[in-house]
Amino acid sequence: MSRITPIGLLRAAVVLGAAIAYPLVITPDWLVNIGVFTLMYAGLATAWNLFSGYTGYISLGQAAFFGIGAYALAITFNHISIGNGYRPFYVLPLIGLAVGLASLPVAWVALRTRAMTFAIVTLMLLFIVQQLAFNLRSVTHGSQGVAVPQPSFSSNFDRPYYFAMLGILALGLLVTWYVRGSKLGLQLLAVREDEEKARGLGVRVTRAKLIAWGLHVGLTAMIGGVWGYYLFFIYPESAVDPLVMIGAVLMTFLGGRGTLWGPMIGALVLVPAQQWALTDFGATRLYLIAYALVFVVILLALPRGIVPSLRRA
Amino acid sequence: MTALLEARGLTKRFGGVAAVDGCSFAVPEGTVSALVGPNGSGKTTVFNLLTGYLRADAGSVWFAGRHVRRPEPTWLARSGLSRTFQQARVFPELTLVENLVVAIQQPWHALARRAVRRSEEARALSVLEEFGLGGHATARAATLSYGQKKLLEFAALLMGEPRLVLLDEPTAGVNPVMVEAMERHIRELHARGLTFLVVEHNMNLVMRLCDPVIVLDHGTKLAEGPPAVVQTDPRVLDAYLGA
Repeated sequence: MSRITPIGLLRAAVVLGAAIAYPLVITPDWLVNIGVFTLMYAGLATAWNLFSGYTGYISLGQAAFFGIGAYALAITFNHISIGNGYRPFYVLPLIGLAVGLASLPVAWVALRTRAMTFAIVTLMLLFIVQQLAFNLRSVTHGSQGVAVPQPSFSSNFDRPYYFAMLGILALGLLVTWYVRGSKLGLQLLAVREDEEKARGLGVRVTRAKLIAWGLHVGLTAMIGGVWGYYLFFIYPESAVDPLVMIGAVLMTFLGGRGTLWGPMIGALVLVPAQQWALTDFGATRLYLIAYALVFVVILLALPRGIVPSLRRA
Repeated sequence: MTALLEARGLTKRFGGVAAVDGCSFAVPEGTVSALVGPNGSGKTTVFNLLTGYLRADAGSVWFAGRHVRRPEPTWLARSGLSRTFQQARVFPELTLVENLVVAIQQPWHALARRAVRRSEEARALSVLEEFGLGGHATARAATLSYGQKKLLEFAALLMGEPRLVLLDEPTAGVNPVMVEAMERHIRELHARGLTFLVVEHNMNLVMRLCDPVIVLDHGTKLAEGPPAVVQTDPRVLDAYLGA
């Protein structure tokens, strides 16, 4: 746990207040919709940062757990009534916990590798999960996709999803804040700086990495669950989409790896820009070129990201 | 005197080269033992085998009377065997206090606690003071000079309360004042009951400080004994000067 400072509390209160007020003040559906996606990416980037930003291990497999979370929610509520529509949200913590725990044995194996190899191994994980989604037809209906029962939210349809995404983002920020100030956080930083040295000092590096991994997967799966419920219909290509994760990674780099607010700030900048590019240039996917440009600009101008650069200035 | 650490027939090949070849020696408890030898005689490789950074092709390691079947750095450190590296290794982005506190071994249930607790901070500060680094306590380790990093690395080990410390060239590349400081710290800690195994090229220091001296050549033990005896051993002179 970090120390609670008045300025930190104020910052958190202002951000949370603004985020809560947004869908209540801004009513057009399309703007709330952009809000949902902004929070989704902010949450994904925060989760990714919790593991990769603090350990230095670049994971490219996040979208796999996003997809698993989405399928878990969809499959669960094809068997259980969704009641008044809020029930899936209450099940999210369970999905996060289950997916987080289930991912640990895989992570334990993957974490035997380092650096580029780890990145490739986790990327393979993503494609394996996508292939499973295509081929385990009895569970996922393959490329036909799975429909999620629709809720009966009448007016302000997007709001419940908005607040669900906001809740998970807030949880992610809270967890990051706590970890950063804890012994776990100190050990993770030691791993990032010099893992061999940390081992020589008796730091149980694998345990520290696995805890951070489990937390980041749990958060990711919960976000995937909300996303699946929001879209009603999920396909292997969309649920396990490398582009989603690349977006989250890019936002983390832009905002600042290993910082509390950086990933969220990155998302606040990039997601509206991406949505604008999508609506103005349509299906041309020009935004991907813009992504590449942003990445080049970050590397040239802000190699440490926005937050660390501001702190230095 | 019983052996705190023992190498039995350690062997490590890199391709066709046997860097360490059937090497056996013991570090008696309560000594400052030296491991010396010409460049390339396998001293650092022996360190890496003993501390689990490399896996031996043959031979065994015994620590505190136990056969360590698969030497592993974390386990050894937690059992009381710590080491420094030839090139000082510290965590550059962490502060000096954090560098020391992260070296305190924690049980799993302490991971959720505050990174640096008050009692730990106090202990770290007193150790930093002892090593003349008290003035830099909140600075990042990256800001230290090379010699200071070596002291910091040494100081950090002590936070784990080791029984045996392996120092890999503690005075290489540091100025004479720092060499004296290093020697003083080793003597003080030795007086408090710590055992040392030191790889060192500064022979004057070895002769003053260490007993016994173990001489390696081509990955095997060439000689062992009190410094005065080893110094006059013709085999040792041959190995160093070439015959």
